[in-house]
Amino acid sequence: MSGRQEYTVTSGKVVDLKAQLLKQGLAVESAQVPAGPVLYLEVLADDWGRVARVAVDLELRWSAVWGEHHSPQLLVTSLIAGCDGHILLRTMVSENQSRLPSQTPYFPAANRPERHLQDMFGVQFVDHPDGRRWIRHQGWAEGEFPLRKDFPVAGNPAAETPPDCSYTFEPVTGEGVYEVPVGPVHAGIIEPGHFRFQAIGEDMLYLEEHLGYVHKGIEKLAEGRDLAGLARLAGRISGDSSVGHCWAACQAAERALGVEVPARALYLRAIMAERERIANHIGDIGAICNDVGFTFALVQGSKIRERWQRNNATVFGHRLLMDRIIPGGVCCDIDPSYMPTLRAEIIEVRAEVEELMPMLLEYPSLQDRLRTTGILSPPYPPYDTLEVEVPAYIDGDVAKRTRVRGDEILISLTLLENLLENLPAGELMVDCHNTGAECDGVGLIEGWRGEIVAYLRLDADGKVLRYFPRDPSWLNWPALEELIHNNIVPDFPVCNKSVNGSYSGQDL
Amino acid sequence: MLSILNKIRRTGHLTEAVEADEQVVKLGKACQREIAVSFGGSLAIRMVDAGSCNGCELEMHAVNNSFYDIERYGIHFVASPRHADMLLVTGVVSRHMQAALKRTYAAVPAPKLVVAMGDCAANGGEFGVSYASCGAVENVIPVDAVIPGCPPTPLQLLQGILTLLQKKP
Ligand code: SF4
Repeated sequence: MSGRQEYTVTSGKVVDLKAQLLKQGLAVESAQVPAGPVLYLEVLADDWGRVARVAVDLELRWSAVWGEHHSPQLLVTSLIAGCDGHILLRTMVSENQSRLPSQTPYFPAANRPERHLQDMFGVQFVDHPDGRRWIRHQGWAEGEFPLRKDFPVAGNPAAETPPDCSYTFEPVTGEGVYEVPVGPVHAGIIEPGHFRFQAIGEDMLYLEEHLGYVHKGIEKLAEGRDLAGLARLAGRISGDSSVGHCWAACQAAERALGVEVPARALYLRAIMAERERIANHIGDIGAICNDVGFTFALVQGSKIRERWQRNNATVFGHRLLMDRIIPGGVCCDIDPSYMPTLRAEIIEVRAEVEELMPMLLEYPSLQDRLRTTGILSPPYPPYDTLEVEVPAYIDGDVAKRTRVRGDEILISLTLLENLLENLPAGELMVDCHNTGAECDGVGLIEGWRGEIVAYLRLDADGKVLRYFPRDPSWLNWPALEELIHNNIVPDFPVCNKSVNGSYSGQDL
Repeated sequence: MLSILNKIRRTGHLTEAVEADEQVVKLGKACQREIAVSFGGSLAIRMVDAGSCNGCELEMHAVNNSFYDIERYGIHFVASPRHADMLLVTGVVSRHMQAALKRTYAAVPAPKLVVAMGDCAANGGEFGVSYASCGAVENVIPVDAVIPGCPPTPLQLLQGILTLLQKKP
C-alpha cells in the first residue's frame, strides 16, 4: 500500500473564509448564532454570489442551503465546510423581491438545492445556470410556495395530479442518437424516479435525472410538531438511514436547547449508527455484484444482513432500529445478557467480510493506491474520543466504491467492539426542557452515505418552526450523471447501485 | 473460483421454516396449493413504491433472501405490471406518483390484487394527507388487503400475502 496520507475532504479552512469575508467587508458577525459547532456570518443579499466565490477560491466544500420564511422576509442559509469544520452564511431577501445571486456558478453542488428553494420558497436565483423547476412537478401550481408560512399544509391539490409531462430534458441531437426514458416505476424493488438516457448504439452519451416523485412534504409536516414527533418523522426521511437522520435531528434540538445527552445514550446511539452503516454496506456490496450477474455475492451479503437485522430486533427491538433514538437520549438499552452475542457477532461478520471481499474484488489494481487513513473531522461525541479511519481511493470506479464500503465495514466493526467495551453506565435520557425563547441549532452526523445535516428552529414552546434535513443523496445523485459518461446502457444499474442515492431522502 | 465454490459448499442451506411456528408453514403450503389452482403455480408480484421512505423496500428485499425464500411458495417479483397478478404498494401515494400508480394499476391484468404494505400505504402512517400526499393507497386505487407495520417484518409481509391468497377464491 503506497501513498498513505491524511484524508481530507477539502484542504481549505472555514476560519480563513471568515477572516477573508470580514476583511473584505462582505460579511458581519452577529450575536444570534445558531447552536452547534459552526461559525456564523451574515451577508448582504447582493454579496451572496461573491462570498461563494471567496469560498471556492479557498477550496472549501459546499454542503447545503435552506430557507426560512419570517414574513415579510425570507432567510437563506448556506452551510460551507472546510477541513477545520463548518460555517453558516445567512442572508435575507424580501418575500416580494426575492432575487438572490446564485452560488451554483461557483459550486455545482448548489444547483438542485437552490432550485428546491426556488420551488418551495419562491427565491429567485438570478444567475442560476438552470432555471427549471426541480422538486415541483404538477402537485401544486407555479407561483405557490409550500414552505411559505401562508401556504396551508393541506394545500389546494386537484383531485387528480396529472403526470409531469412538461418537464424539459436537455436535448441531444445527432445521427444515430436515441433516447431511453426510464421510470418513475422501475423494474426492480426500488424507489421511483425518472432517468433519461441519450445513447448511440450501446454507449451512453448523457444521463439526466428527474427526481421529486416521492416528495411527501416532510419539511412542511415537521412544522408545529413537538420533539418526539419530529424524531419519528426524521427516522422516516430515508428508511435505510433512520438512525442517522433521527440522530441529526435530535442533535440539532439538543444543541438548540442546550441539553447535555448522557454518555451512555451517546454510546448507544453510536452503536446503532454503526450497525446501520454495516447493514447497508454489506447489503449493497451484494446488490452491486448482483447487478453484474454475480448472485453469489447477493446471497452472501443478504445472509449476513438478515442475521444482523435479526439481532437488531432481538437486542434493540426493531430490525431497522427505527424510533430508538429520542430527543435527549435513547429509549432502549442493551441487556447485559446480549453482550456475548454482540461480541461474537462482530467476530463472525469480520471473518465473513475478510473472506468475501478478496473473492469479490480480486483485482490486483485494488491493492494499490490506497490513499488515506486519517481522522474524521469534525468529530462529535462519542466519536471525539475514538480513532476513526476514513478509507478513500483515488480511482473513482465502481470497484473502488465497493472496496471503500468493505473497508468501512471492517473499521466500523472495530469501532463497535470499542463502543461495547467502553459503554459507560448511567442514564439513557434527559428531559429536553424548552428554554422559553426561540432557538435554533445544527446537527451534523456522518451517515453511511455521507454527511447528514439537520437544521432546526424551535419556538418558545419547543415546537418546530423549521426543520431542514439534508440527506447526502442531494450531493451523490449529480455524481451519477457524471460518472455514467461513456458507459454502456446495460451498466447503468450497477453504476446506479454503486452510488445508491436515496430518492426519498432527496425528494423529502 | 475454488474459494467461491468452497464458500458456497460451507454456507449450505439457510432456508428455514418461516418461523418455528408450524402454522406459518401450514399456511404457506396451503397457499402454495391455492396458487397452484388459481395462478397456475406461480403468483407474480409487481411492487410500486408510491412514496415510501424505502424502509418497506428493505423488508421486501429480505423476503427474497435465503432465510425466507418466498419463491418456494411460487411467489416471485416481476419487472412489468403486465406480467403481474398482484401489486404490492408501499408508502403514502405522493401527489407526484398518483398518475404513475394509476397507470401501473391499469396495466395489471385481472384479478389485479392490490396489497398495501406498511402503515403509510395502509393508513397514511407518519405522512398522512397533505398538499404533497394523497395518503393511504385506497385513496387512489382499490385495495384488497393491508399489511400494517413500520415496516412490516418479512414474516408479517409473508403472512399478509398468504392470508389474502387464502381469502381469494
Ligand atoms: S410504513 Fe414505515 S417503513 Fe414503510 S414506507 Fe412508511 S414510514 Fe417507511
